[in-house]
Amino acid sequence: MGTDSSLLYTPLHSLHLDFGGKMVPFAGYSMPLQYADGIMAEHRHVRTHAGLFDVSHMGQVRLRARSGRVEDAALALERLVPADIVALKPNRQRYTQFTNPAGGILDDLMVIAQEDCLLLVVNAACKQADIAHMQARLDDCVVEPLPERALLALQGPQAEEVLAGFDPKAAPMRFMDVCTLNIGGVDCLVSRSGYTGEDGYEISVSAAQAEHVARLLLGNPHVKLIGLGARDSLRLEAGLCLYGADIDETTTPVEAGLEWSIQKSRRAGGARAGGFDGADIILDQLANGVTRRRVGLLPTGRAPVRHGAPLFADAALQSPVGVVTSGAFGPTLEAPVAMGYVATPHAATGVELTAELRGRGVPARVASLPLVPARFKR
Amino acid sequence: MTLYFTNEHEWLRVDGDTAVVGITQHAADELGELVFVETRPAGTQVKAGEAVAVVESVKAASDIYAPVDGEIVEGNAALADNPAVVSTDPQGEGWIVKFRLSNPAQLDGLMDAAAYAAFVG
Repeated sequence: MGTDSSLLYTPLHSLHLDFGGKMVPFAGYSMPLQYADGIMAEHRHVRTHAGLFDVSHMGQVRLRARSGRVEDAALALERLVPADIVALKPNRQRYTQFTNPAGGILDDLMVIAQEDCLLLVVNAACKQADIAHMQARLDDCVVEPLPERALLALQGPQAEEVLAGFDPKAAPMRFMDVCTLNIGGVDCLVSRSGYTGEDGYEISVSAAQAEHVARLLLGNPHVKLIGLGARDSLRLEAGLCLYGADIDETTTPVEAGLEWSIQKSRRAGGARAGGFDGADIILDQLANGVTRRRVGLLPTGRAPVRHGAPLFADAALQSPVGVVTSGAFGPTLEAPVAMGYVATPHAATGVELTAELRGRGVPARVASLPLVPARFKR
Repeated sequence: MTLYFTNEHEWLRVDGDTAVVGITQHAADELGELVFVETRPAGTQVKAGEAVAVVESVKAASDIYAPVDGEIVEGNAALADNPAVVSTDPQGEGWIVKFRLSNPAQLDGLMDAAAYAAFVG
């Protein structure tokens, strides 16, 4: 619980305790699973108002080329990821993955271009390995972890109104724009992005000022603190991958349906085609298809079908075709929601599959992702 | 009628050789709002420690265990449409199963309300 000395605390630990956070271990940190209102109410609050998340456990890393040129840092990072980083303009953000030689995913991450460097946001559980990977492979760069930075997320249809109340420059930002905003006298590096499917912002702020900024945002009556439980159900409805569940070293970006994050310049015939770990496999899959695909699933009834549940083509549970990788009850849909990998011939939207739950079959229909429409400000 | 508690955070309200079984307020608070409850069918014979029901929150599934040996007589049918009542009224409308005791002597190993309050702290 909150006093377990083996766990790391984020800069907002005392705030979580003040707000009744139910603290649980997550990726080596003591993190709030939920607050007093509970996961269902927190989830709905984000879909209708605005929620504030502490995601300071995630890794923030600065990548700087030894030459001092951001173009060289981008070229270097492209050795490890399939996205076009060179074309990323300053103050823009892009999603990508660190791949391995088998085309699997070591981690997924956000990359922000600045005038003189790149800023990366990586998963908490992977950050030490990611840093070591970059240090080993990018000897033309300096890899600088930023543990003195906290990260907040403000998500929901009222996020713009709330943040623009502190700095009007928040309002004209588009999805994946990055801007330095002044929140109550504190300079914060803010991206218009998130992990909920809602419009919103991620706010990087010095650890020393994080609680001050969080309390200012919570001073707006539209804003409530939201825990990891609702973060998970929100991202699942939004069709967003959880590293370690929906994607890992054995799944490729193409199998995961993330090919939208591989720009033309990195594909066959592009200006900088391939050149990243596993490129031969990933480019082949882009050209020739894959044997399994990540899909959305809508199980019938009310029982959640969760991670690990086998999927079958038939109601008699005789013909296995895949497995559920994330599943929960979706508070927005008021129904179970899931994602999983399904053999390509069975992966089309509308196909009726059967999930095995406690020894019985539960009908589950393949559904297009996201399961709840995204409301990003494009 | 006598009320007993288990260290798995269940309560039993015993009347003769039958008991109504549910989860305590402490357990309900720990689980959070429930979205699904499924009880094993009436007539199922269970040993102490075997599952009589599964309750699901948004986040996780949890088994509810038989506190003592017996036979499930009835599941709370109202929970199919309103599982959340287990969270809001766990020791009343949110009861989970009715149970016929096959070995009432096992009740001696359970806690009374004062002992359970001390157990939860």
